[in-house]
This record gives sequence, C-alpha cells and structure tokens, in this order.
Amino acid sequence: MTKELFGLTPSRRAILKGAGAGLLTAGFAAPVWSQSAPIKLGFQLHRTGIGAAYGRWYERTAQAALKVVNDAGGINGRPVEIVFEDDGTDPKRGAEVVEKLVSQAGCDLVFGPLFSHVVIGTAPRAAELKVPYLVCSEGYHVASGMLNRWTMQPGITDVHAQVSSMAPWVLANLGKKVTMVFPDYAFGHDHRDFFTAAVQANGGEVIAQIAIPPTETSFTRYLPQIPADTEVLYHVMVGPAVLTFVKELGEFYGSGPRPEIFGFIDSLEAVDTASPGLEFLEGTHFWEGHNRVKQADASEHETAYRAAVGVDDNGASLSDAKDVATYAHMFSVWETLHVIKAGMEASGYQSIADRQKFVEAVEAMSDMPASLAHVQGDKKFNGKTHQVFGHQFISKVEGGKLMRVHTTSLEDGMYEDAVDYTSQSF
Amino acid sequence: MAFGPFLFLALLEGTVMAAVLALTAVGLSLVFGVMRVVNVAHGEFFMLGAVAAWFVTYYLPFPPAVTWTIALLIAPLFVGAIAATADVLVLKRLKYDPEATIVATIGLLYILQQAALTFYGPDARPVEPPFHLRLQFPWFGYSGYKLFVVLAAGLILLAVWAFMTRTKAGLVMRATQVDMETARAFGINVDRVYAGTFALGAALAAAAAVLIVPIQQAHYLMGHDPLLLSFIVVIIGGLGSLRGTLVAALIIGLSDGVISMFFSPTLAKIIATLLVALVLVFRPQGLFGAKA
Repeated sequence: MTKELFGLTPSRRAILKGAGAGLLTAGFAAPVWSQSAPIKLGFQLHRTGIGAAYGRWYERTAQAALKVVNDAGGINGRPVEIVFEDDGTDPKRGAEVVEKLVSQAGCDLVFGPLFSHVVIGTAPRAAELKVPYLVCSEGYHVASGMLNRWTMQPGITDVHAQVSSMAPWVLANLGKKVTMVFPDYAFGHDHRDFFTAAVQANGGEVIAQIAIPPTETSFTRYLPQIPADTEVLYHVMVGPAVLTFVKELGEFYGSGPRPEIFGFIDSLEAVDTASPGLEFLEGTHFWEGHNRVKQADASEHETAYRAAVGVDDNGASLSDAKDVATYAHMFSVWETLHVIKAGMEASGYQSIADRQKFVEAVEAMSDMPASLAHVQGDKKFNGKTHQVFGHQFISKVEGGKLMRVHTTSLEDGMYEDAVDYTSQSF
Repeated sequence: MAFGPFLFLALLEGTVMAAVLALTAVGLSLVFGVMRVVNVAHGEFFMLGAVAAWFVTYYLPFPPAVTWTIALLIAPLFVGAIAATADVLVLKRLKYDPEATIVATIGLLYILQQAALTFYGPDARPVEPPFHLRLQFPWFGYSGYKLFVVLAAGLILLAVWAFMTRTKAGLVMRATQVDMETARAFGINVDRVYAGTFALGAALAAAAAVLIVPIQQAHYLMGHDPLLLSFIVVIIGGLGSLRGTLVAALIIGLSDGVISMFFSPTLAKIIATLLVALVLVFRPQGLFGAKA
C-alpha cells in the first residue's frame, strides 16, 4: 500500500520527519486535553419525518454550542463529542435510537428531542437504561409526573407555563371569545387544556376547539367550524404542512372581516413571514420563545449566539436567506448543552457510573441568570418537577417582520407542582 | 356560517379533490386494466412529480407562470421515463406475475421514497402557483388557482380519453387490454405497450402532483394519501374501468368534501373505507368493472 502511494519505500529519515511534523501540527492546532477520553453526548435528532425542519436547525445549534463548550476547555477538562442519530420523528424509533446511542455508541447521556409523542414514547426506555434524558419538547408531560426521574427539561418552558403566562395579555388586548385550532396529539392537547383553563380563569371563554391531525395536508375544510362570533383565533400547528395551513387561513378570510389572530410561531417555524400569500398576517400576533427578528434591545449574548449558529438578523441562515431558522425553539438545544456542562461539573462527572450524581446535580439547580449559557434570558429551574421556567414573548407582525410587544415574567407562568421526582427512586 | 355557503364551500373543496383524485386514479386503473399490475408505487410517482416540479420551478430563472408550465410538461415526462425504466428492468423480468409485481412495486415504493429523501431532503418545500387570484365570495374567500386545477385536470382527462379512443396507440393499448396473446399474434409489440402504459400511468400521477403542489407542498412522504385514495376509487369504480374510476372519484371526492366539512375528515375516511368493504362484498368487480 505504502509503496503504491509513494512510488518507493520511504527512508527512515522521511518517516521521522513526517512523524515530527505531524506531532507539531497536532500540538499546535488543538487545545491540549488531559489525555482523557472525550465525553460523549448522544443527540436524538429529528433529521427526517415531520420534524425535519427543526432537526436541521437543532443539529446546527448543537454543533455551535459544542464548539463554544470545547473552545472553553470542554467539560471537567475533557473534550466533548456529540453523536447524532436520526429518529425519523417516530416514537418507536425514538426508543431504538436511545438504545443505540447508549449501548452501541457508549454515550454518557442523551438529549435534544422535541416532538412530544416521540419524547413520551422514548422516555421509558431511557429510564430502563438508567441514562439521563434531557428533552427540549415544551410538553407538559415532564412536569405533569407522567415520565420519570431520568427525564428532565432544563432548556425550554413547557406549554402549560407558556400559555397560562400569556392568556391574560391575549384576553386584555385581543378579545374574550376564543376559538382554538391545534394539532390532535399530546402537544396540541396541552395547548387545548391549559389555554382553555387560563382563558376561563381570566374571564374569557373558549367557544370552539378544532383539532387537526398533525399529518393533515389540507385545511380549508376545517375552517368553517370557526364560529362567526369568534373574537380571537388561537392557532398552533406543526409538521410539514404548516405553511399550507396559514395560507389557506388567509384565503378563507380573504379581504372579508376576520377575528384577531394569535398564533404560536410553531405554525410558521422555518417559514419566511414575508412568503407570498401571508400578507394577511400583518397586524396579527404570535408567541415566540425567542425573537426570530433581532430586537433593538438584544443582549450581547444573543448576538454572539446568532453569530455562532449562523443566523442573520432576520432569523434566516447566513448562507441562505431562504433557509429560515426554527429560532423560537432552538435556543433550548444550546441552553440544554450548557446545563449538561454545569451539571457534569457540579457533580464531578467522570464516567457512566456518575449518571445518578449528574441527575441529582441538575435537580439541585435553581436560578439560571441570563448569560452566554442562557442566551434566551434568565430562567428558574424546578428540581422537583424537572421543568425550567423562562420568559415568553408576544410579537406582532409589522411590515412583514415579527416585532416584540410583550414579555411575560417568570412568575406569570409558574403553577403548582404536580410531582416531586426527587422523591422517586432511580 | 349559514348552511348554504357552508355547503357551497364543501362542494368546492370536494370538486377540487375529485378532479385530482380522478387524474391520479386513472393512471392506476390504466396500469391495472392493460397490464394486470397492481402498482403499489403509484403514490411515489405522484410524489416524484411534485418533487420534480419543485426542482424545475426553483432552479429555472423565469416567472412562476412560466416555470410552472414547464414543470407541467417536464415532470410527467421525467416520471414516465423512470416508470418505463422500472417496467423494463423489473416488472418485465417478473413476467408480470400478479403476486410478484405487487411485492416488486412495494420495493419500488421504498426505493423511490428513500431516493427522494436522499436527493431532495426531508423538508416540505413550497412551489409558487402560476398565478395568484383570490375569489372573494360574500361569505368567504377562495383560491382561484384551485378552480384552475379542476379545469386543468378535466382537460388532461379529456386528452387521455381522446388518446384511448381516437388514436392508433390507444387502439393498440385497448387491444392488449382485451387479449394480450391475440394482440401479440397480430404483431403488436406488447413489451412496448406495457412499458408505455406504465409510463403513462405514472405520468398522469405526476401531472396530478404538479397541479396540486402549489396548494400543498412537495414532501418525500406525500405519496401515501394519494395511493390510498386512488385504491379506494379504483376498487369502487372497478379495476381497469376508466369510466368507473371517474364516477368513483366524483363520489369519493364530493362525499369527502361534504362529510369532512359537516362532520369530520376522519368520518369521511371511515365511510370511504366502509364503501370499499361493501363493494368488495356485494359487487367485487366494482361499480363498472367487467365480471372476471
């Protein structure tokens, strides 16, 4: 082989020279790790299936966060690696992916999944394998006590807190009679249950609830179910057909009278708000977990985060303005990786034997001040319910761009604990 | 919304669905009628049509109306060529054995779907409609493009009918359908007829997809629904009967539109499936199918 490559057998001197040069390059190029093996983090990624748009950006965000962590010396002085594995946004494959990441790739823990049906389908397997499972799914299933001690959500606020913190503003500013359109599965049901409750608590009324299967591709047929006396239309959709949903909503109302519209940005994640057919969104409101369009008061941390992930001021990829980010959600990946770093350092994590210590260290966390680790803003983690609470933003479409008009406080979203995971056994 | 406008919107939606369904199902029916092949990969030809339309409209530097028209010409040709290749490379070698071709087309389904995932990616991507026109009725607005879809699908179906009944190629196809052995004895190149039929069936699915893709979006998993609905239509109408396919597409499309609006889309699917079961029990050859 060598002979074929070089044409002749290399001399001893040539080999020594080459080896020396190699050593020098290696020594200068990378930080000197303390000879230890890297920490391996498994990433359960929605690279294909209905969550693919999120998957693309979650992978980029994870890579960017990984670079920041490694440039700052890794975790406990060890370099960090992420092993990505596609779950097809499929609950059944989710469990297999966790199994594969843990048993075959030897990952220390698993993080990153978003879609709630996948998380719910996967979490039991993570508990059986006794591996920390840090999800970015927004669902109330973590804090409700449905899952287990190994499953935690330290990177993003859950739907329960999101909708109850925003309901008062929606009712005070947009209207009291609400019609809800939501996807017909766990995530949508959280919206239905908690927003309806919050509306009632604030003196409003939900007059219709329209559930749409998440795989639906045509929506006009559902729209006549919206009662004519609706004052606020609340919509949240997911999946590959979200753009169709919003376009058909625009066609349906046309230039005629329409209610106020309050949507979750999920209905338009990875979609340009200036797309043709979306002009009717002007003046409507959206929830955003993180403002896609860079706001005037953006912190230096957020600016650094945008640059690191490669997102421009409009929330699209720096290299392709048509490639719009899932900006309202993907900060959760960045923040979760930083929580992992903090948890591993607090617990002195060395090997998989310390997995339990790591979970306990994260449970001990509480205040998370805004920083490069928490670019979306300050947060409070509840160790008992394994759920974090952050600020929520309401934005208005002005000139085709999402501009923030309201920020909720952390307390707005707090609710009573439904579970104490710390009292459960490992 | 009052009953009248409600029904009107339901019928509009149903008509659009019926038109696209008829186009897709006619391809499936044609392939079965002439070749006796149950093409499980038919939905993937639909998907390929939509994906091809995305590539054409995305990369050609013309206005949407022009690129979309080019897509309507190129996508069916491209998909038809793939289908003809599949016929020659796979189906012909199986001697069109009914069981073997079902398994082979299931394989083809996965190959095409994964190829789309590999080369096109997992994202749903929008295609610009050739024109933006919104019809504003007193009660609701409606996309003018959707009505154009009905018109275009009707014209394409008319062209298929003229092709089958007025041209020599159509005559040859019908002759092969009636009796393949005798047709061969009369000097008809049955292999070529089969490849052509399979290509035509796929091209029709692709054309339907190009029509529908500005309303939906191109996605590698979009072939499931059209396949299922086409089978429902073809079974109710009678496998191999073009007239039956058209009538069944109208029944299923309109009833789906109306039932989904007044009750729920899930109920519409349940009733369509129930209808298939009833047809299979009481009239296995379908409404217009010839007795086997």
